[in-house]
Order: sequence, then C-alpha cells, then structure tokens
Amino acid sequence: MTTPIAPPPRKDPQKVTRPPELPPIQRSRASLELSAMAARGVFALQHCELCGTIAYPPRDACPKCLSINLRFRPVDDGGEVIAETRVHTTPDLYFRQRMPWRVGTVRLDCGPSVVAHLHGDVEVLSRVRMTAKLDKSGNAVMMALPAQETENMADDVQYRELTASPKHRRALVTDGRSAVGQAVAAALSKAGASIIFVGIAEPWKPFPGEKELAAIPKVEIMPLDITDTTSVTELCGEIGGKTDILVNTADYVRPGGLLAPGSVVTARDAFDVNVFGLQRLAQAFGPGMRARGADGTNSAAALVDILPVYALANIPSFGFYSASAAARHSLLQCLRAELRPGGVRVLSVFTGPLEDDWRQHVPPPKVQPSQIARAVVTALEEGIEETFVGDVAKDVAERFLDDPKVLERELGL
Amino acid sequence: MAPRPGNPHRGYRDVAVAVPVSVPYVRYSIESAHWWIARALSELTQRAGIQPADLDGLSVSSFTLVPDTAVGLTQHLGLTPRWLDNIPMGGASAVVALRRAARAVEAGDASIVACVGGDANQVDSFRKLLSSFSRFAQDASYPYGYGGPNGSFALLTDHYMRTYGATREDFGKICVAQRKNALTYPHAIMKKPLTLEDYLNARPIADPIHLFDCVMPCAGAEAFLVTTVDIAQDLGLPYANLLSAIERHNAFPDDPIQYRGGWAMDVDELYAIAGVSPDDIDVVATYDDYPVIVMMQFEDLGFCKKGEGPDFVRSHDFTAYGSFPQNTSGGQLSAGQAGAAGGYLGLVEVLRQVTRQSLSAQVAGARTALASGFGMINYDRGLCSGAAILQGVQA
Repeated sequence: MTTPIAPPPRKDPQKVTRPPELPPIQRSRASLELSAMAARGVFALQHCELCGTIAYPPRDACPKCLSINLRFRPVDDGGEVIAETRVHTTPDLYFRQRMPWRVGTVRLDCGPSVVAHLHGDVEVLSRVRMTAKLDKSGNAVMMALPAQETENMADDVQYRELTASPKHRRALVTDGRSAVGQAVAAALSKAGASIIFVGIAEPWKPFPGEKELAAIPKVEIMPLDITDTTSVTELCGEIGGKTDILVNTADYVRPGGLLAPGSVVTARDAFDVNVFGLQRLAQAFGPGMRARGADGTNSAAALVDILPVYALANIPSFGFYSASAAARHSLLQCLRAELRPGGVRVLSVFTGPLEDDWRQHVPPPKVQPSQIARAVVTALEEGIEETFVGDVAKDVAERFLDDPKVLERELGL
Repeated sequence: MAPRPGNPHRGYRDVAVAVPVSVPYVRYSIESAHWWIARALSELTQRAGIQPADLDGLSVSSFTLVPDTAVGLTQHLGLTPRWLDNIPMGGASAVVALRRAARAVEAGDASIVACVGGDANQVDSFRKLLSSFSRFAQDASYPYGYGGPNGSFALLTDHYMRTYGATREDFGKICVAQRKNALTYPHAIMKKPLTLEDYLNARPIADPIHLFDCVMPCAGAEAFLVTTVDIAQDLGLPYANLLSAIERHNAFPDDPIQYRGGWAMDVDELYAIAGVSPDDIDVVATYDDYPVIVMMQFEDLGFCKKGEGPDFVRSHDFTAYGSFPQNTSGGQLSAGQAGAAGGYLGLVEVLRQVTRQSLSAQVAGARTALASGFGMINYDRGLCSGAAILQGVQA
C-alpha cells in the first residue's frame, strides 16, 4: 500500500518557491503519436500492418519485416517487472529535485520490453498494468501500476507527477450559478479538494441550487464575473496565489446560425463569455499558476475548460455558439503551450448537448451535469488532456479523427 | 547468423598493429577533441619515425568533434589520406577501426593507417552529450529518471544479479583488482588505492550501481597504427599480428533484457580464425564501463559458461600478476573514460603488453592478448560488440 499524502503545511512566505522544471521534452514525431494517444487516455503501441509485430520504442519501420506501415492501436496492458532501479544521481534538473526515482524494465505480455516509471507498490516479478500518461513536459511516459488496485494507490509520489489530482489542492470553479458549476464543485469536494472557491456573478441575485451549493463541504462563494476584467483581477488578487486547479464552467449558449436576425449581438455576448472570459481568467490566473507548478503537494496543477464538442466542427443550428467554441478550443491549445513551462496542464472536457432550457429542441442523448462533473474529476485524477463526455461528444470526436471534412457535411445536413 | 557458405570469414594476412599511444587524461579540459586527437597523432608519427604526410589512412572515433567529422579533421590537421573512416561506435570503436584498417592495409587501399579515438570533456559537456545521444534514448529512456548510462546499466545489473546470483562483492573484486593495476599505470586518473570496503560503502548512484561501478568521464586520446608486417619491420617498430577480429551489432534483439552481448554469436569464429583457444590468452582487456559487462564478457568470450561469471570472478585474481590478468592499466573504471578513447584504452594497453612496451606492470610472458569492445546504449542495451586477438612478435 501507499502511504497517504499528508495535507501540506501552511506555506512559509519567506521560503523560495521551488521553480518548475520539466522532464526531458524532446521527442521524435513517432513518439508524439504515443503522446497524442495518452492525451486521450489510451494505451496504444505501434502495430505492423504487414506482419503484426508490436514495436516499442516508437519508430518509423517494423523491426521484423521493414514495413513502414506502422499504426498505433490499443494493446493489452499486462506485463511483468523483470528489473528495477532507484536512480539517485542525474544531471537533469527536474529529476534532480525529485530523487530518488524508481524505474524498471517491464516485459509486456504483448511483446516488447519497456523501461517505465514504477509505482511504489510494484517490484521485480510483480504483475503490472502498463499505462501511458503525460508527464509535466506534456509527453507520454509509461508507468507500471499494480495489476490490482492497492490502498491509496493514487497518492504515489511518482504517479502524482502524472496527474493533477484534486486531493489536498485548492480549486476555483468559475460559474456557481450553472448546474454544471454546482455539480463540479460537489465532485471536487468529494474528490478531496481542500477548498473549492466558487465564483458567482451579481451575488445579490438569487439562483436555483444556491442553498445546496453553499452547503457543500469546503465550498467558499466568491464574487466573480468573467465578462468583467476588474472582477477577475480582483478575485485573482485575493486567491490567485492559492488556486491550484481552475475549472472554467462558464458557457453562454444560444441557438442560431449567422443568418438569424440580431446574430451579431448574441454572438458578441457568446464570445464575451466563452472566449474573452477564458482569456481574462488565463491572463489573471495563468502567470501565477505557471510559477507554482512545482510548489509541493498543492502545486498549481491544471486549468480545465468545459466546452461543447462542436468546437471541432460547426453545427449550424448553433452556428455562432460553435464558432465561439472553436475559438475557445484554439485558445486552449495556445494556453497549453504557454502553461507547459510551469508543468501546469490544460485539460479540455468536450461535451455533447446538455439537458437545459436552451437545448429543448435538441434530440437525446443529452448530457447531465453530474456526468460532466465526474469527467472533470477523472480528467484531473488521471491527467487526461482531452475528454469527451456523452455519446454525442464521443461520436463527433470519432468522426472528427476519421475525417473532419466528412464530419462538416454530416453536421451540416 | 554465421557467414554464408561460399564466403567464409578469412583470417588476416600479415597485418601489423604497432605504436600504442595514450595521451594522459584529465578530468576536465578546455581543449577540443581536435586538440586531443592532434596530440595523439603527433606522438604516433614521432614514435613511428614517420611524417604526418606518411599517414595514408585515418580512422577517427569521437563524440565531441561536432560539427566536424573525420572529413573536417583532415583539413584541420593537414592530412591527405587516401582512406578515411569515421567510426561512431563508442566502446566498440577501436576493435571495429582495427578490423577495417586491417582489411584496407591487406588490400593495399592504404599502407599506414592511424586509428585514433579522442574526446574533449569540458564542464557540462557530459550532460550535453547525453541529451543528444540517440533517438530511442531521447524518446524512451531519458524521460525515465534521466540516469543516463547509469540508469540503463543499473537495470541490466539488477537483472543479472537476480538471474545468476552475482553479488556486489563479486563486482567489487573486479573493481578493486583494476584499481591495483591502475596504481602501476602512471596515466590513470585514479591514484588512490581502493578497498572492497570502500567499494561496498560508496554512495548509491542507481541501485544496485554505486559510485565505484561507474567510470569517470574525462578528456584524452588513444591511438595505434595499422600497417603491413613489412612496413612495420622496415620502420623497426615492435608490433603485434592481428590474428582475428569480430564485430556484431544489435545481437539478440528479442532478449527481453540484455544478459549477453554480440560476442556470444561470434566467439567460436573468433578463436577458430585466430587458431588459439581461450586458454592461450595471456592478457585480456574487457570493456569495463560497468563491472557487470566485464562479467558478461568472461562468459560470452568463452572463459567460462553463461551464468558462471560470478564463480569465475571468485576463483581468479585479475591483477597483472594474478591468474587472469585483465585491464592491466586499470580499465576505464580506474584509468578514466575519455569518450570514444574509452573504446581504445584496452586495445592500446594489451598492445603495449604483448610488444613489451608496458607503462603499467608487465604481465610476465604476455604474448597473446584479447581486447574486447562494447558500445552504444541506444535504448535499453549496448548494441555494438567486438573483439580482437593480437599476438606480439618478439624481435
């Protein structure tokens, strides 16, 4: 079993904050495909399309038949540890801050041997479940986990480097008025977050679920209007130094395409929340989070944004809403690169249509706020960069990966 | 993969190896690889009694010549060879250089080939070298604790110890004996005696590897000449005949972890072509980046069977005066590892031994020597292996 992580002591303001360093970041293009798979939470290795060989490390030709037809596909993740070491000395600054570091050789049941990070509960001859997860540099690394769940497994210090676990971390949820914001706050509380700041615009106005929200353990209601730069800056001044996880639940949804009357006005409102709101949050909170990416147990860990899956391709019945989502998606890609030097993750949670008043005319299946909240916590606990919530979102994602142009026609029918 | 029928591996005819040169190593130096290689070639030509222009063949191994290769070096040093080789094989460089130079000389493509390995070591250059070592290391080994070669060899050592029952004491015995040898070699970086207790109490680097299992990266160069027996005799040089040499790359790719090197594929051929057996070898230079690799070579080069390495170590004395003289200048573990020159150190040392030019303690009656090379941890294992058997010709 793993020793549970203790709540961090109060920060001593006199002490130097540990500067964030990244593990080695350079990768070949073939390896970036492994990272892309891990970003979506998939453990996949290269298969030779000609002879079926499974190859690792990622490469450009099959080591058995020289075919250049290699494709990443999900594989059996079972294996056995055949050698281990504890590294005590390294010239690398990231690992130097974290020595000693356990690594092992794992013989995978599907063939190749893999040098992998070892979870504290595995040793030589242990059966393991191999995972590919993004490290702080944003690249996939292999980690061998116990084949069966062990006690406090997620508290392993090496594992925690590969996740953005909410346990003992302080989170900000940006929109407590929405059902999604309230569900996310409740889920983070359950997942062990130490404080959940919940932003409420115009706090004097009552809203449904207000009482229940205030009753969630660890929740602190804060004034926040993400369409108002001053409001965002003021809140950041108050809690920016202790925001480890920021979950943007704000979303402004209106139906209609470009030809709808008054669409410029509604589009402007949608962009003000969905795009510029995210930008205001990033501008205020981003630099501080980036500087605190290695600040102990409650280091800054992730910015999560919940956005409609129509960020990937426009659905004309929600034409400008989709456009704002696409802009939001693009900003998240930018932000991911900008926060990476701090080891802070940007997690995108793409959703299908939500069950709400604005989408009454949209046929099922629809997504419940609680589903989204669960997905947010899973993304944090497992360090998954792109999550698709609900059947519609998964379907759109699959079609997008297959051919974005075909998807455009399918959604435009 | 034995030679194809109809094209047997042929022995060497009248190839002489001469003029062992070791430019004394330093831990850190501001000088470049070009500087170190020039010093080695300068000493090589002076001691051979020839002019630099007489070198019509050149084989270079270096990690730190960048952005140059052997080509740039010809203009830099004012050489005009008609045969040029650049061998990026780390610890296997010297054996491979010798193999190729021998064939060039045999065929008349070159008459006098200088084989040289040399590297700079400036502060922080080891870290920079590691970071650009290989694509697989970059993708699949450095992101895992970044132990460099220490981390990779730690895994092999751990597996070998569990499988064959080798102990830290066994590895310590190799290191302690090599240190004794080093104390007789004036160029060795390590000047202090090492006891088994010192070895066992050293700080851990990457378990089970501790400080004295690791080589000291430093700057330096090593070189030798390959020519014909006639030319060597004309020049009045003490020389050794090349009896046999093997090389192999990426052997046993399906082994889940390395417990044997490429030698095991070619060892029978090595002795058959040389016309000698392991018992005939008077002095050995194993490639000793880590003691586990030394033990593997005892097995894979036929001095004992696979798995008997630990017992072999327990029953032998590896000093120059012992029952199995090996790494008589201290090996890289005690003399230091000057990059690609580390691949040359052992071959140059046994060449001195069998030509009676030893700077370290002379092994009594040393006539036949085996030098082995091993190099390039591309991902999880060393890929290049090679070995050569030399026989000194006494005037």
